[in-house]
Amino acid sequence: MTDETDPAPLDRSGDAGFHLTVDGRRIPVEPGQTVGAAMLAAGIRSWRTTRFAGKPRGLFCGIGVCFDCLVTVDGTPSLRACLVTARPDDEVTTT
Amino acid sequence: MSDETGRGIGHDSGRDTLHDLVVVGAGLAGLAAAVTAAGFGLRVAVLDANARAGGQYHRHRVDRPPAWAPLARLHTVEHLAEHRVWAVERGDDHFTAHAVAGERDGVAVTVRGRRLLLATGAYDRQLPFPGWDLPGVFTAGGAQALLKGNGVAPGRRAVVAGTGPFLLPVAVGLADAGVRVLAVVEASRPTPRAVALAPHSPARVVEAAGYAAALARRRIPYYTGRAVIAAHADGGALGSVTVARLDADWWVRPGTERELACDTLAVGYGFTPHLELAGQLGCASTPDGFVAVDTRQATDLPGLYAAGESTGIGGAQLSEVEGELAAYAIAGRTPPKALPRRRARLTRFAVGLRALYPIRSAWPSWSDEDTLICRCEEVPRGRIADAARHGADDVRSIKLLTRAGMGWCQGRMCAEATACVLSDVLGRPIAAPAPTRPIAVPIRLGDLAQGAS
Repeated sequence: MTDETDPAPLDRSGDAGFHLTVDGRRIPVEPGQTVGAAMLAAGIRSWRTTRFAGKPRGLFCGIGVCFDCLVTVDGTPSLRACLVTARPDDEVTTT
Repeated sequence: MSDETGRGIGHDSGRDTLHDLVVVGAGLAGLAAAVTAAGFGLRVAVLDANARAGGQYHRHRVDRPPAWAPLARLHTVEHLAEHRVWAVERGDDHFTAHAVAGERDGVAVTVRGRRLLLATGAYDRQLPFPGWDLPGVFTAGGAQALLKGNGVAPGRRAVVAGTGPFLLPVAVGLADAGVRVLAVVEASRPTPRAVALAPHSPARVVEAAGYAAALARRRIPYYTGRAVIAAHADGGALGSVTVARLDADWWVRPGTERELACDTLAVGYGFTPHLELAGQLGCASTPDGFVAVDTRQATDLPGLYAAGESTGIGGAQLSEVEGELAAYAIAGRTPPKALPRRRARLTRFAVGLRALYPIRSAWPSWSDEDTLICRCEEVPRGRIADAARHGADDVRSIKLLTRAGMGWCQGRMCAEATACVLSDVLGRPIAAPAPTRPIAVPIRLGDLAQGAS
């Protein structure tokens, strides 16, 4: 990721923050954030490729409608990253 | 995978009570109805797919609940968060809602109530254009949800585009989060004269004027009669968009295209209601495709009520009033006279406002043969046109021939667009079908099997 695509983080006091891993990479999480929001805040803008054209996909609708942001968390596949609240030490794997 | 939880059907035995009222949706309408009904002594359960109550409007970070009265009274109802309702049934004297609880390890839950209120809300309508599937393109509501619910900005340089007054708070929210908002691109031309002629609610006009001033203060240009007609990749994600002027029917005026470099596009063309559960029960709908209700928010099915955006896109204040009115009706009480008057006034305003932001017919001309219409099954416009040339003349035939609408989202993102593209190809109007899904939301087979055990 280049600097230009890094998002602008908001107020991140970080007091109660924790981490999860994405394909082994540790990223910070604010309590209550979804897995998808934490990934985006870490500059990860896509984490899935489509079945036919192999195109990258990440968050789109952000509210659980479009299913573009599917991800595997702790071995459970096909979870919507925009809806799953992150927990400490979640292991996110992407395809 | 649900079996791994070790929790069988016994899990929901504690919820086997017959509630007086079951509400689906903990947004403005649903929660207002639920706590109002609870205040009348009714035993109420509210099922909601989100982790926190409040819906899209009052979406909030875990440590920052908004000052909204019904949220402060959440404890007066049984709030079942992260409960995805996939089916509702009507029995002789009660309704049954089937849900999957827990986003990670779904557990089957059944909730029964003498009355059922559907307050399922709405989501952003999308009009496909080249590049709308690139990472960095978000729905306007999605961009706002990231900010409101997570405190995360979707990018650094953003364009906000589409149609409707909702684009304004999205742009202001992004700017206040430190995002450089290059422009709000509004496809319609809501002239000051038209706004003045619309029957309106003072509160909403003040709100709109406030946002207009907020845009000006932040030096965010507001363009009307223009649209983002294409998004372009830089590397694997959004790098720029093409903005062009539109004529009255939304044909692109040739030679007006201009490229804006950005990493984020927040786009939405109004809202589409969630009608899956209403469709399952088979209650009557309005000519424009919403749940039909009377002055008591009652549908044509005894005991079934609906409130909020699924009965017509009307905004936050109207949703809340409708929820309160539904609670009065369900509790058999007469509402204070001001409440139905307020609903009537807000409804007139909503109808007037919707008329200012119509979807015009020529938007399918923005797409080319390769533009995806169905994101899930990756069906481009060209394949839909081919199927139409081979005789498919309704959305259902297109779906069977091309798989458009058959993927994970079950056509929520593309059903309307598919109908419009088909209309464009055939040269006559084609209606998007009303949702008729035996399972309202995609759930895992294990969860279903567990529910059946």
